[in-house]
Amino acid sequence: MSERPILLSVEGITKAYPGVVANSDVSFAIREGEVHALLGENGAGKSTMVKMIYGLVKPDTGRMTWKGGDYAPAAPRVARATGVAMVFQHFSLFEALNVAENVALGMENPPPMKQLAARIKAVSEEYGLPLDPSRMVGDLSAGERQRVEIIRCLLQDPRLLIMDEPTSVLTPQEVEVLFRTLRQLSAEGTAILYISHKLEEIRSLCDAATILRRGKVVGTADPKASTARELAEMMVGATLTPPERPAPKDWGGPHAALEVKRLAVASPIAFGTSLKDVTFTVRKGEVLGIAGVAGNGQDELLLALSGEIRSGDGMVKATGVSVGAMGPAERRKIGFVMAPEDRLGHGAAPDMSLVENAFLTGGVRKGLTRNGFINWPAAREFAEAIIKTYDVRTPGSHVAARALSGGNLQKFVVGRELMQNPDVIVINQPTWGVDAAAAAAIRQAILDRAAEGAAVVVISQDLEELLEIADTFAVLNEGRLTAPRPVKGLTIDQIGLMMGGAHGMEVAHLAEA
Amino acid sequence: MDFGGINPAILIASLMAASVPILLAALGELVVEKAGVLNLGVEGMMIMGAIVGFMVTIQTGSPFLGFVGGAIGGAGLSLIFAFLTQVLLANQVATGLALTLFGLGLSALLGQGYNGLKPAATGAVPLGPLADIPFFGRVLFSHDWVVYFSVFMTGVIWYVLKSTRLGLILRAVGESHEAAHALGYKVNRIRLGAIAFGGAMAGMGGAYVSLVRVPQWVDGITAGAGWIALAIVVFASWKPWRALIGAYLFGGITVLQLNLQAAGSSIPVEYLSMSPYLITIVVLVIMSSGRGKAALNAPAALGQNFHASR
Repeated sequence: MSERPILLSVEGITKAYPGVVANSDVSFAIREGEVHALLGENGAGKSTMVKMIYGLVKPDTGRMTWKGGDYAPAAPRVARATGVAMVFQHFSLFEALNVAENVALGMENPPPMKQLAARIKAVSEEYGLPLDPSRMVGDLSAGERQRVEIIRCLLQDPRLLIMDEPTSVLTPQEVEVLFRTLRQLSAEGTAILYISHKLEEIRSLCDAATILRRGKVVGTADPKASTARELAEMMVGATLTPPERPAPKDWGGPHAALEVKRLAVASPIAFGTSLKDVTFTVRKGEVLGIAGVAGNGQDELLLALSGEIRSGDGMVKATGVSVGAMGPAERRKIGFVMAPEDRLGHGAAPDMSLVENAFLTGGVRKGLTRNGFINWPAAREFAEAIIKTYDVRTPGSHVAARALSGGNLQKFVVGRELMQNPDVIVINQPTWGVDAAAAAAIRQAILDRAAEGAAVVVISQDLEELLEIADTFAVLNEGRLTAPRPVKGLTIDQIGLMMGGAHGMEVAHLAEA
Repeated sequence: MDFGGINPAILIASLMAASVPILLAALGELVVEKAGVLNLGVEGMMIMGAIVGFMVTIQTGSPFLGFVGGAIGGAGLSLIFAFLTQVLLANQVATGLALTLFGLGLSALLGQGYNGLKPAATGAVPLGPLADIPFFGRVLFSHDWVVYFSVFMTGVIWYVLKSTRLGLILRAVGESHEAAHALGYKVNRIRLGAIAFGGAMAGMGGAYVSLVRVPQWVDGITAGAGWIALAIVVFASWKPWRALIGAYLFGGITVLQLNLQAAGSSIPVEYLSMSPYLITIVVLVIMSSGRGKAALNAPAALGQNFHASR
């Protein structure tokens, strides 16, 4: 493999933003036809690095060479003309435009629409990624959307394909399809720069890995010869300990703390998924993990449980009380708390201080009002208790929520709910975009609260996370929930089938091919 | 062929002329909104076009140069909006409202000394025997060039938005500026161009008011036409041909109420003159209550400022 010529080499690249050094003296090289992993935690500087290769960001110092010649793309146009294509993590498709239009926008000189549609069909079938050029992107699943991006790249015959966290929104089966395509491309001589923090994927797919930590290259590895643990410890720079599960306690009887029966609500979101006939119960001290690909009703389920959308009588019961007609504040009052996925804007008011944000959901249960006025000293005390207990790194409780990093704000938002001694907790994506250390802390906090007798529902797209902390496991698929099953003894194949649902057709299609 | 003293041929012909200012302004604003920018300063840009066009025609004696001047006047004012919202990232709603107030004041200042003057007339396009066809000659072939230009522009904008790469990029920017930026499109530059185009169209519409419709200069001459144009864009759910229909509906009601007044209708004048605005409100309520297709057609990034960070 090492005899292959070097395609792109990056030498001593440094890029600083006000207050942060995103990349510091980064060097690595990609050979033709190689699948090269760029591995690192959130905020390690992976995205900035590839944006420089794609011409979206200019490096401060350092240089890049392409097949031995100087390479300094001033704009993505130049990068695309050279032979670099990129599949983005998000933010690069237009929902109200159709597939062909979306593809055309990513090309330099697109052919007329009819020819383009025919080429999309041809290329999509060649690589086993069936796609209808005339469909609106807003109606496609996450996996299909990614195909649009990949095909947009493939139509330009790239020499180097950059994939930024491509599997974060896919089912295991879809990941398999993607990997098959990538291996086919690599065999045809296209180099792939694969960005991820998922170690198993990198070990099964990549030929070489460069590991970034805090903007610096901390090592290179042969992923096929390293264990996941070795890679993880290089990435994090510390030894990792899995969360501790205290021995399960018997809380007496089958008393359900949260009971959801035949819950059906229409989605208030454009292109959203309505919930259909969702049924589950969670006992005291139990953690239910709900998996599923984004956009299958997770947001709607959180809204229905939090009280932002009301549901029919008896559909949702918490601690024995029917809460279907109650709003979020009333639900909090009886000990039913929730933390949404979007921490900035939904979970916290970005421009308000941490004290104010602490008051916003904690006011009712912690009794932070007096005669209708806010008891500021008590609110401040509550905010500071959260900061201290959950190790939120901030200059103080007076700073705006916006100023905190994603992981720290997430610790604050989750901590704020857990500090209210709730009986029922619902959390959507507790560790989304949070680095490994903070994620471990958040998971531990959730488990600790469950050990104290709370019923917990965790909605997440991170399967490993759910398998680590959940007692029972269910999957949301197009607004329907599968029957919860105990996590113990569940295999990844069974999970894939649970998640499959609507995607079962494609699996069948592949089996034929 | 008279109905209560109203000749339908003349009615249709005059509604086409009466609709030109709002049609031009609405088409311009439609392009601006398709690019994701909400410019509420249409009224201000129209009246700047009205005064600049009027001044140029008085000075040069050429109505054509007057329309060019009107377009430049409107585009010039819109560039202030573009600078504030695209470069300094000011709030689009507040900036647009301020632009209208500023345009009204500035036009009144510039217009001092132009009161009571009469600009050179903009004549009908000589179409020879076509104009002599009964009924259709009067309705279709006896207009000045701006009327034909406004219909022509409806077609051009429809074609560009639907079938050209420029139109696709413009729609993409209005749909998701993040995605467009990630693909390497210069979001703010594209929006700047759209805003200037919208300003020029509004300016021409304004010039049509002061050079053809009235034709003289008085303060506040556009009298709310810019607001109607804004409403028509929503009414048309961002589709050019529907904007034409909307503009003709409004023009028609305006002309009809004038005719009814002249014909001595027993309905008080005030009710008739408020009817176009009442109908605007009713139509907008009906449209927005649907929550269906019309709302989905709105550009997703409408009114949001874009700043390329990281």
